[in-house]
Amino acid sequence: MSESENKAAKAPPSRERKQQARRRFLRTALLTGGVLGAALSGYLPLVYAKKERLRPPGALDEHDFLSSCIKCGQCVQVCPVQAIKLADIVDGFGIGVPYIDAREQACDFSCDAAQCILACPTGALVYQKPSFFSEREGAKLPAKPILKAKEHDPENTLNFRERMGVARLVHPESCLAVKGQGFKGQVRGPDFKARLRYMDVDRWKPIHIADHPYDLALCDLCVRECPIDKAISLETIVAPDGSTRRQPVVHEACVGCGVCEMICPVEPAAIAVEQRGVWKS
Amino acid sequence: MSRLLDQVLIMLGREPQKGGAISERAQRVHELKRLTNKEELKAMREKVHAEKIYTHKWRNRRWIALIVANLLFVVSYHFDVQLLEGALTASRFVGFHLIDLNSALQVMLAHKHIIVNLVIGTATIFVGWLLLGGRTFCSWVCPYHLLAEFAEKLHLKLAANKLVSDQNINRWLRTVFWAIFALLAAATGYTVYEAISPTGILSRALIYGPGLALLWVLALLVFEVFFVRRAWCRYACPIGLTYGVVGIFSPLRVKYRLDPCLHEGDCRKVCLVPHVLDTVIKGRATDTEVPIGPDCTRCGLCVDACPTGALTFDVKGLSKLL
Repeated sequence: MSESENKAAKAPPSRERKQQARRRFLRTALLTGGVLGAALSGYLPLVYAKKERLRPPGALDEHDFLSSCIKCGQCVQVCPVQAIKLADIVDGFGIGVPYIDAREQACDFSCDAAQCILACPTGALVYQKPSFFSEREGAKLPAKPILKAKEHDPENTLNFRERMGVARLVHPESCLAVKGQGFKGQVRGPDFKARLRYMDVDRWKPIHIADHPYDLALCDLCVRECPIDKAISLETIVAPDGSTRRQPVVHEACVGCGVCEMICPVEPAAIAVEQRGVWKS
Repeated sequence: MSRLLDQVLIMLGREPQKGGAISERAQRVHELKRLTNKEELKAMREKVHAEKIYTHKWRNRRWIALIVANLLFVVSYHFDVQLLEGALTASRFVGFHLIDLNSALQVMLAHKHIIVNLVIGTATIFVGWLLLGGRTFCSWVCPYHLLAEFAEKLHLKLAANKLVSDQNINRWLRTVFWAIFALLAAATGYTVYEAISPTGILSRALIYGPGLALLWVLALLVFEVFFVRRAWCRYACPIGLTYGVVGIFSPLRVKYRLDPCLHEGDCRKVCLVPHVLDTVIKGRATDTEVPIGPDCTRCGLCVDACPTGALTFDVKGLSKLL
């Protein structure tokens, strides 16, 4: 503090000093308000209502998941098809938290073991929920999901116990199978970047879906490419007027990985995963 | 012990005060300095400045360390080498869990369930930074620190041209923020601080790609350039305070020697946390050798700036041992 300032301190506060004090107060208020405002912006109804994300396998219930996730992205790093992304600031408290956009790139379990769960350092992703967490009715899988790719292995299951969601035929009217149509060509066009593991192509390396064209007399892509055993099948449905049609039917073993949503060739997808959806018998 | 308590209070927000027991040795040095003739002192200062070769040795080392540490994360992800996977909030170094203390604290308070990996990672980081100096994290690793250093340069340039005015804020604010964020995490069950942590946002942006969250970091930098010098690190960041607490017991710190000091205050001008350098003010040092307090980020700017070598890095006990 210089001498002149010392003198000023003793004299009645000058205009300059008053102004300085005011500035200091305003800056403190601005910083405090800005920081707390930004920190609590996650409570804005707009931000809060938007967050309906499909989470990686083994995620705790949404609120527990947000509180236990440390936002490090180690799950992102181990995913062989890069299905997992981290949310941006528009997700409020969900910033930096992993999610899956199944339509763009679903989790196809080409890691064989839900490695994201293994990578999670805080237990936000778990194979089995500790007993002190409550269970949502219908979230628990009837049995450990059997991975088709490992069908002939001695240990053929994925170890997690709760579904990510459940697939539903949301637009039966646009489903090619329902319409009795086949599918020929590249699913979702030549520029579609998503990858999928095809066991008959390479056991260990998922390839671009665009590099794997199909020629099907009746479209059964969602059934054909579902990575989980007995999760979906094409059934014959008899309509009230006696006519029959073929339609994909989701079963209780569905884990909600979203491969069916990704592979569905119509726009918008006829079948989609309801995130955190539960099984209703 | 009382000096330690004093330093802790200063870290939390109290302004450094004059007084306190000054050792006999230090009193003698202070007395000698008072007796030094002004002309002689001036000549001495001029001579020292003429002979001193100013380098940015520690700053450069620090910048390299900071960039390398952050690049390790980026390289580990993009080239899939399992060296340092994750982000600054939590990672694995060749498989060993490392978890940022403040992030761990937020998760523990919000989630209220603690698993073994979290404890292991937190303990590893705790011991690591205990050895390395606590807030060393801030200046040697935190990516926001580097950006803030550039913002600070810009701010000082503008201030020198009287385009902006330099204003302080009460330093207790950081302690208040720390408590608020701890309470918010426990009360809401969300890791509220993580939503705005520029450290986490920048680290993730570097590794996983940029996003809108960077706008918040930009807003902070703008505030620092035009309003308050180094506002975030000085007055807001709870990570800094958490690591500061770790640094209380750290053997690695900057040491001040009273003898060679000419009390020109160059060190205080470059320091992010000048209150820790209060001891260099003429007549203040309580002993002939004073360790700098825990709020010091061990950035080494003062070591580079000191023309007489009065400020040096020091490992407690090591100099005696050798």
